[in-house]
Amino acid sequence: MSVSATLIPGRRLQPQYLLACLACVFAVWMIISPEVQAQAPVDVYDFETTEQEQRFRQLSNDFRCPMCQNANLSSSPGGVAADLRREIYRMIMEGMSDEEIEAFMLQRYGDFILYRPRLTLQTVLLWFGPILFLLAGVWIARNITRSSGGRAETTDETERETAVTLSAEEKARLSRLLNDQPDADNPTNRS
Amino acid sequence: MKNLKLFLPVIVFAVLAVFMWRGLYLDSRTLPSMLIDRELPNFELRTLEPGDQLATVEDLPDEPFILNIWGSYCLPCLQENPIFMAAREQNLVPIIGVNYKDTDDAAREWLDINGNPFTLNIVDDTGRYGIDLGVYGAPETFIVDANGFIRYKHIGTIDYRAWQDEIMPVVRQLQSENQVAGS
Amino acid sequence: MIPELGNFALILAFCLSIVLGTLPIIGAARDNTLWMSLARPLTAGVFVFLSISLVILGYSFVTDDFSVQFVANHSNTNLPLQYKITAVWGGHEGSFLFWTWMLGGWMLAVAIFSKSVPEEFIARVLGVMGLICVGYTLFMLATSNPFDRVLPLPPADGADLNAALQDFAFIVHPPSLYMGYVGFSVVFAFAVAALLSGRLDAAWARWCRPWANAAWAILTLGLSLGSWWAYYELGWGGWWAWDPVENPPLITWLLGAAMIHSLAATEKRGVFKSWTVLLAIMAFASSLLGTFITRSGLLTSVHAFATDPTRGVYILGFLGLIVGGSLLLYAIRAPILKSEFGFGNWSREVFLLANNLILVVASAAILLGTLYPMVYQAVSGGDLISVGPPYFNTIFVPLMGILVVLLGIGPVARWKRTSREYLRQQLTRVAIAAVVLGVAIPVLLTMSVPLGTIGVCVLALWIMFSMLRDVAGKVANKPSLMAGLKSLPVSYWGMQLAHFGFVMTMAGACLTSIYSIERSVLLQAGQQADLGRYTFVFEGTRPVQGPNYIADEGTIRVLRDGEFLRTLHPQKQLYTASNTPATHMGIDGRFLRDLFVTLGDPRDNGAWSMTLYVKPFVRWIWLGTIFIAFGGILAVTDKRYRRYKVSKQASADEQPAEARLAGEH
Repeated sequence: MSVSATLIPGRRLQPQYLLACLACVFAVWMIISPEVQAQAPVDVYDFETTEQEQRFRQLSNDFRCPMCQNANLSSSPGGVAADLRREIYRMIMEGMSDEEIEAFMLQRYGDFILYRPRLTLQTVLLWFGPILFLLAGVWIARNITRSSGGRAETTDETERETAVTLSAEEKARLSRLLNDQPDADNPTNRS
Repeated sequence: MKNLKLFLPVIVFAVLAVFMWRGLYLDSRTLPSMLIDRELPNFELRTLEPGDQLATVEDLPDEPFILNIWGSYCLPCLQENPIFMAAREQNLVPIIGVNYKDTDDAAREWLDINGNPFTLNIVDDTGRYGIDLGVYGAPETFIVDANGFIRYKHIGTIDYRAWQDEIMPVVRQLQSENQVAGS
Repeated sequence: MIPELGNFALILAFCLSIVLGTLPIIGAARDNTLWMSLARPLTAGVFVFLSISLVILGYSFVTDDFSVQFVANHSNTNLPLQYKITAVWGGHEGSFLFWTWMLGGWMLAVAIFSKSVPEEFIARVLGVMGLICVGYTLFMLATSNPFDRVLPLPPADGADLNAALQDFAFIVHPPSLYMGYVGFSVVFAFAVAALLSGRLDAAWARWCRPWANAAWAILTLGLSLGSWWAYYELGWGGWWAWDPVENPPLITWLLGAAMIHSLAATEKRGVFKSWTVLLAIMAFASSLLGTFITRSGLLTSVHAFATDPTRGVYILGFLGLIVGGSLLLYAIRAPILKSEFGFGNWSREVFLLANNLILVVASAAILLGTLYPMVYQAVSGGDLISVGPPYFNTIFVPLMGILVVLLGIGPVARWKRTSREYLRQQLTRVAIAAVVLGVAIPVLLTMSVPLGTIGVCVLALWIMFSMLRDVAGKVANKPSLMAGLKSLPVSYWGMQLAHFGFVMTMAGACLTSIYSIERSVLLQAGQQADLGRYTFVFEGTRPVQGPNYIADEGTIRVLRDGEFLRTLHPQKQLYTASNTPATHMGIDGRFLRDLFVTLGDPRDNGAWSMTLYVKPFVRWIWLGTIFIAFGGILAVTDKRYRRYKVSKQASADEQPAEARLAGEH
């Protein structure tokens, strides 16, 4: 719990240094860590064009391996994933389009294999849900700003009043606060 | 009205919680087959025995049969074998094997040791036919009707209970359908 | 005998947390000082007994006590000592004990470092955390006790720790992730205490902010370590998979970020009070949701622990009770949390609101995508769909783009009211410079018009310049530059640093996805392959004997523009004990790009298959997160959080004066 140590008044322990050290170790370790373990499959296919190769990578990234826990075809070693990559390669080389390849997969393994769900009646909510959220959020936020925009005017009045009627004690307190507490996000306030 | 809005979060949460509770009892690992009520995809593959003969859909029985995807490397297949052997001895239903991503020698040896319940074994050493069937690992089992349509799919091991409660009822029903159609 | 002591300590911790979860809260309601004062000692007791429990589990691992089921399943006599210790969190039961202990640690920290908070308030906070602790300890005792024995016939040797977990990252990733994750229960407890007491003012926000910042900063590091681990463990260049288990921590992180910003407005201006409370509840709920998903097997994931519906039902019940209860409390009590002050159209409050809007919408969208397949299956009666990276990227990237645009304006805007002219005067030149340079630099460097890169550069420069403009404006009327820089408070620097880190992470993520290239080749010794500016010369392989594996080690010389750069040594290994193959990638990581090679398989003619990768800017993703976390921690250390010794009375009447102060410019 070193992080919280600063909350002790007067204690000189500076946890930002601790964290800085930790971060440095992490950074250094990231830079130097040399050879590490991997399980990714390596297939070698010859393509005629780089466009074909890119399509191959894209497609094997966008199909889900039907056997594995939750991984795309390109990161799953062995088994049916390798067979399916081989099929994708074959179909690309036979000149099939991405849509035809997707149809091929869909016909055999169903919607499960598509990491990018098709837009159907059942997935409308999935695809347009975020937009709905955004619109609803904007509407709520507008209501909030509008109502407090109105209140901003009225509080101006009350503030002006209170500013006049500050007692001497309150004034002293205010100046103490002004001197003591730099406003973190608006440091210019200090002057 | 304003205060009712504040209940929105708890309502949304309650709906989500109900779905999550339902979700606990759903099996999201077993893919439903896309091929139910579709014709068994055609193939042209070697048979395991006597070997080097090509078989196609035409060579499959014209009565209801079971199509079992298996391999000598597959441990659950070993568990299924006694059940299939018993079915063959009692002549319940023909069982066709698809030797999936295996080598012929290993497959023959496995059949010698454990017994051969299959009336016909076709060789899919590349897994290409498996893809047409939407297979993603042995064992998987299809039930095909007399017209060559896939009617049922079971993913994973067939134990005695699955055989009694899932496979045989479907087989019997297809067989009686077939008799009605034939008579 | 020793493990039973651990079990006994766990039971004691459970009993003490029941008392902690009831008496102080009741005491606070009835103004019973004695009952309230029990909170701190009880917290210490809970922590002590949880610690005893954890130490005993560790002891069982170190002494290879395979009669303990959990040890037998996750350790082995030959496991190196450091992994025996970290195996404590290598499985469901132990990691949950560790998780609960973290909660105990946060509780203790609250008890120790909140001396300035009124007794009544802290009694409620610790009481709420005690209730959470009751749920966790009961869960362990009822469904997943790490001290369960296999008697009378314990196995002679353990089943060993999963090989992928025998790694340095595994020593540090779960502790930091858990610590950040559990930290959100502190803020949650503060929020519930505020609802219970009806007191939510600037002082409350000031007590709350350091905890929120600390938890969030640590969660940032935990997530980042996890992502880094995935990057090199899996070895195919991916660093975030949008997996159902990875998504809830990201949601927590996003909601946490929203909460930090909203808290700032609550502290400074007394606005967004009920919104802040709702965010605190939602952030904590999302952390519980993550626990639920990971430990119930609700969703298919690469990371999930062994699945068991009973555990799922238990956690769901707990989730319903705690989150449902607190949301209900919120619905009833929120009307008393009125914002006292208004704000105008271009004020900083509005930009913070927009920030919150984007972050919450992003969280909701991720939640939607994560749970949609399950809902789909339940509604359709068994049909399965997958929602994966293509969906999440489509939704997430534009939202972050909007966020970055706003990030350039928000910090410059002033509280309460900002005139449009002021913003225009501050930012017009910044915007022009960002657009001109952001277009010119990529075009001149690549001699083409790479639209994606231009977008990234413009946005990144927009933030950089706006930050510099802000700093320059703040030091302008100081006697010297140094004096000006020194006069800026620590939390201001924390904010700027975190924003800088965020932009760095975003830029790294975008640029690496644009410029990464890879190629799979078949090479015989002496052959070479080109990838971008680099040439990889394969020099052949030699057999290598590791401590518990045998391997073929390849030697690959890398040339850049024909000049020798360095040699990489990827390995293809076979772990002899478990007969599992693995590959070690050879990696050359630099600030501006990573090069790495994964070795595939030998072919008949002595050739090897291998994949070559060049991934520019990929390291920025993790370096950026270090800045974010550091910025967060820096903000915690701001002096103003420790200066005030507030008595109950003083803090009550201090608040309006302070809010007035914040309103004046």
